[in-house]
Amino acid sequence: MATPGTNPIVTFDGVHKTFGRFRALNGVSLSVGRGERIVICGPSGSGKSTLVRCINRLEAIDSGRLTVDGIDLDGDVRAIRAVRRKTAMVFQSLNLFPHLTALGNAAFAPESALGLSRGEAEARAMRYLARVHVLDQADKYPGQLSGGQQQRVAIARALAMEPEILLFDEPTSALDPEMTREVLDAMIEIAREGRTMIVVTHEMGFARAVADRILFMDGGEIVEDAPPSAFFEAPRQERTRAFLAQILGH
Amino acid sequence: MGPTDAAIRPAGSARPLAWLRANFFGSIPSSLMSLALLAALAATLPDLVRWALVDSVWRTADPAVCRTAGGACWAVIGEKYRVMLFGTYPFDQHWRGYAMMAIVLTLVGVSTVRRLWSGALLIAWGVGLSAAMVLQFGGFAGLARVPTSLWGGLPLTLAIFLGTVLGGFPLAVLLALGRQSRLPVVRALSIGFIETVRGVPLVNILFVAALLFPLFMPAGVNFDKLLRAQVGMLIFFAAYTAESVRGGLQAVPHSQYEAADSLGVSYWERTLKIVLPQALRIAIPAVVNDVIRAFKNTSVLVIIGLLDLLGGTMAALEDPRWTRFYVEAYLFVAALYFLFCFSLSQYSQKLETEMKTGRNY
Repeated sequence: MATPGTNPIVTFDGVHKTFGRFRALNGVSLSVGRGERIVICGPSGSGKSTLVRCINRLEAIDSGRLTVDGIDLDGDVRAIRAVRRKTAMVFQSLNLFPHLTALGNAAFAPESALGLSRGEAEARAMRYLARVHVLDQADKYPGQLSGGQQQRVAIARALAMEPEILLFDEPTSALDPEMTREVLDAMIEIAREGRTMIVVTHEMGFARAVADRILFMDGGEIVEDAPPSAFFEAPRQERTRAFLAQILGH
Repeated sequence: MGPTDAAIRPAGSARPLAWLRANFFGSIPSSLMSLALLAALAATLPDLVRWALVDSVWRTADPAVCRTAGGACWAVIGEKYRVMLFGTYPFDQHWRGYAMMAIVLTLVGVSTVRRLWSGALLIAWGVGLSAAMVLQFGGFAGLARVPTSLWGGLPLTLAIFLGTVLGGFPLAVLLALGRQSRLPVVRALSIGFIETVRGVPLVNILFVAALLFPLFMPAGVNFDKLLRAQVGMLIFFAAYTAESVRGGLQAVPHSQYEAADSLGVSYWERTLKIVLPQALRIAIPAVVNDVIRAFKNTSVLVIIGLLDLLGGTMAALEDPRWTRFYVEAYLFVAALYFLFCFSLSQYSQKLETEMKTGRNY
């Protein structure tokens, strides 16, 4: 297991991001080691989604420095494209491409962004659809799939990029509870493979099972940053304790 | 008679009555409106039927026969349809016009079947349109050359229409994309073009193309008048259709752009493979509207002296012996226009339902 700070793949250094007058990130500094699995939680508006969306530059940072796998995300278009090819994101809103089949969704980027041949891209897509147990749905369109199946196809689409870093932005919060289970199971399987994962979620069972570190964010700042045992047993900050009490329902 | 019979039998005869009551006499205003319309029909229909069917003349070479009959003179169509359909195109070459129309209409007809959409169909379009051009222009393969100044009638209408749509649609997509571009120059140029053209009547654009444009050209340089008119029609269509396509583009959720961006694909990959397929599907009804309008707009060409279908009809009616039967001639042309436009609109409705039910997307 990687130790925080050694061989970092993502580093935030005093990063600020505002939307209008709202401070989404307020001087965030963070170092994610290669192969680390990070879970980020926090109340809505705490900046956790913004944090992961900065990593693949869906949001541009206002100030500070952000480096991903040695590439400085300073606004250079080629750097952005390069980072996006090293990362892949699974969204809350299940936004698969509705006009493409499950296979088409997963094969699109390997062919278009990585330059694989159609055949190679589809073979790769099939492999990852199988990995998340939706191979039998390969020829269906997203509209024909359940929410859980759609989200697993979205995970296959992300995996098919064979990214250095997998980003998850609340991947289960739009799903029914029984579908949440199947998606989390797929994510746990993937977590065993040693890829860097940064996951925004409130699924504390998942966090306990796979996270190397859990970050608690509030008001655009990282309030708590600890391994699961310390995070759950002995949170240092009062805000973390209050939050945990709330979401664990006691 | 059992109660069951009683329940059933009146229902059979009552159903039309009930339908009438529900649809025409459901309320007092509705009843009054129905009665007024009935009275209007009673006042006009008998005369219309007498004119169109009873006292009408269907075939004669002598206009005097029509005049004495007093009814509709449908014979004018039989006598003059060649001029209406082909304008000033050389009379003995009219078969080329028929052949051209057969090719073009076959291509359009085949293209309405989605199952047949393929690379082969694209090739068929290329070959077919080339053949149609060769037939119209001539000067090739033993065909006499026919200058574009002699073109006319329905082949001219179809040629301009197809040129407008096939050339204008890609331009419309580029303009719609340009209007959303992040590059200020591209965006400004697109908006400027679209709004300028939309702010000017079509007739105005055609006048500029036909009359003004040659004045600006250096001496000796002259583009074909038909080509100039074609370009005018094309940019007019493109400006309007760009707005229809923009509507489709705006209906594609932002999350689709983000999903594509997060996968690191280029702008063009994202646009061509993710955004446009969704946007164009949404834009179909509006675009078909533009296409129908483009077909009807070809009738404006007569103003700059091109004898399209409507122009051919006007030319045919210059024959003083037949000129008084213009109503019949125009009704015939109207029927032709209706046939084309109605087919287009029916097809677009079919396409919409197909796309709604087809494979859930």
